[in-house]
Amino acid sequence: MTQLPIYTEEHDLFRSTIRDFVSTELTPFVNEWDEDGEFPIEVYKKAGELGLFGIGFAEEYGGLGTHDPLLFCILSEELSRSSGGVSAGLFSNYIGGPPVQNAATDEVKAEILPGMLAGDIICALGITEPSGGSDVANLQTTARLDGDHYVVNGSKTFITSGMRADYISTAVRTGGPGAAGVSMLVIPSNLPGFSRTALKKMGWWASDTATLYFDDCRVPAKYLLGTENSGFKIIMENFNYERLFMIAGMVGASRVCFEEALAWAQDRETFGARLADHQVIRHKLVEMDRMINASHAWMEKLAWQVSQGDHVVAQLAECKVQSSLTLEFCAREAAQILGGASYLRGNPVERIYREVRVNAIGGGSEEIMRDLAARQLGI
Amino acid sequence: MNIVVCVKQIPDPANPYSLDPETHYLNRPHEQVLDDTDRYGVEVGLQLAAVDEGTVTLVSMGPAGNMQGVRQALAMGADKAIHIDDAGLKGSGALTTARILAAAIQQTGFDLVVAGTESTDGYTGVVPQQLAELLGVPALTFAKKVDVDGSTITINQQTATGYNVVTSELPAVVSVTAGVVEPRYPTFKGIMAAKSKPVETYSASDLGITDTSSGQSTVSVTDATEREAGEKIEDDGEGHLRIVEKLQELKVV
Repeated sequence: MTQLPIYTEEHDLFRSTIRDFVSTELTPFVNEWDEDGEFPIEVYKKAGELGLFGIGFAEEYGGLGTHDPLLFCILSEELSRSSGGVSAGLFSNYIGGPPVQNAATDEVKAEILPGMLAGDIICALGITEPSGGSDVANLQTTARLDGDHYVVNGSKTFITSGMRADYISTAVRTGGPGAAGVSMLVIPSNLPGFSRTALKKMGWWASDTATLYFDDCRVPAKYLLGTENSGFKIIMENFNYERLFMIAGMVGASRVCFEEALAWAQDRETFGARLADHQVIRHKLVEMDRMINASHAWMEKLAWQVSQGDHVVAQLAECKVQSSLTLEFCAREAAQILGGASYLRGNPVERIYREVRVNAIGGGSEEIMRDLAARQLGI
Repeated sequence: MNIVVCVKQIPDPANPYSLDPETHYLNRPHEQVLDDTDRYGVEVGLQLAAVDEGTVTLVSMGPAGNMQGVRQALAMGADKAIHIDDAGLKGSGALTTARILAAAIQQTGFDLVVAGTESTDGYTGVVPQQLAELLGVPALTFAKKVDVDGSTITINQQTATGYNVVTSELPAVVSVTAGVVEPRYPTFKGIMAAKSKPVETYSASDLGITDTSSGQSTVSVTDATEREAGEKIEDDGEGHLRIVEKLQELKVV
């Protein structure tokens, strides 16, 4: 099959390497890890040795030095072939780490980034609060400067890798109401006044998710990212890559649903014929393939545009909606084709079915994405 | 230590192979991958080279295609590659292949040559031994463990019932089995670095070989017989005993 010219030989080699890594080191264990509620912390180390966390991070800290959105998509697509939970857990470094790289002092970067890129340190992003997630500008957690420390009070919830993160890039209010009063602090999780509790979820079981509590937590002022009250911009810059990663993960998971359903339909016989020979099943498979191909092509186009410096905020938001609708459709139709087998734990389709909602809500819900796109498009 | 590792690019085993109906040669696509058995050889080479800051040179013969297979080995950490791409070598037998590889290895110089036991597409399994003969050095074959101490190489040679300990002075050729080491994954940085590593390309005549006739031809090919269905053991409460018996017959336990 002829490759799009946007891909290089390095991209092909990246893909085959990640696919090998995923099929050997992750996929055989994902059901066990899902049941355990977490994956072994050593997986971070293995991923770090591979250089999996280095995309977009400076070479001086162990990163690749450049940001390549296509590579980012390849990584997410391939990781999603293991499980969404494992992918999300590993990916927390890619949402917790960039604010540090983009806005921390050199001292703090040197403290966090080499360890994170090597897989020894886990980073997370703390934005969402119990009082609301999408309305970032109105967050309630406060940070008051007291000498050379910020005193942080409040809580964060739905935080991916929250139970195991060593550092959390946290949105806090240092100023007045609205977006202009928001700052970012990267908070070490070993400070007095910080505590956390695990959350049980519908899907992504292998990824630990937590509510974080800050009770007069004194954070050294050196951990301020950028300047006071400049946090909103840092948060927004993070979202585009998060959405691109989620889009690619949804495309990858949709493809897994299709492959599982296709293999089953070609193997299983009912009423004297393969399932795949029944028109009702054939049409389901084609519909899945059609939607996946459309989402995939759009993802590639957007990744290319991002790599060229285009600001495609509306299109990324729309594509995220497109991708979660595709995933929802594919998970449903694959489950219908697999029948009872899809209802059994240990089946990829069963797991992906449970992972649909977090994709349709997390990283910007479908509703917020449509609204964002409408505003961006001037509708 | 100057280590040469023989590597081969083969069609991706995940995709069905096809043969040219006229010549019965394997149709080689533009995109080929590193033969999985060679990953072990590359890893052995890299580990041995790491001990004394030696170099690892890859030597490969066959249509270049997009060179992904060779790049894969470079991304694992090999220093450079020599590739022989010559249309006149199409359909070469094992001996011709060995002659070409030997000429390239002789030209670049070596203390140790590492190869897999056999390629996954050709399966002749004789090239390492022929290579040793042509280079005039000992062949240590089917190594499941390799140690080098100074100028001495010692291997554990896999046998049907265990292993032999085989020792030789360097230079030598060693063929390694799958499982000799755990091959590393190419790192992201290694992949980026691979594109700037030197790859020298030669034709047969560049190596001073003008007669590339293989002395053999493939007269006909037939499909491999389909694997027979396995034996089904009904469990009447004693099924596990039959399974253990079967495993013992197969010398698995």
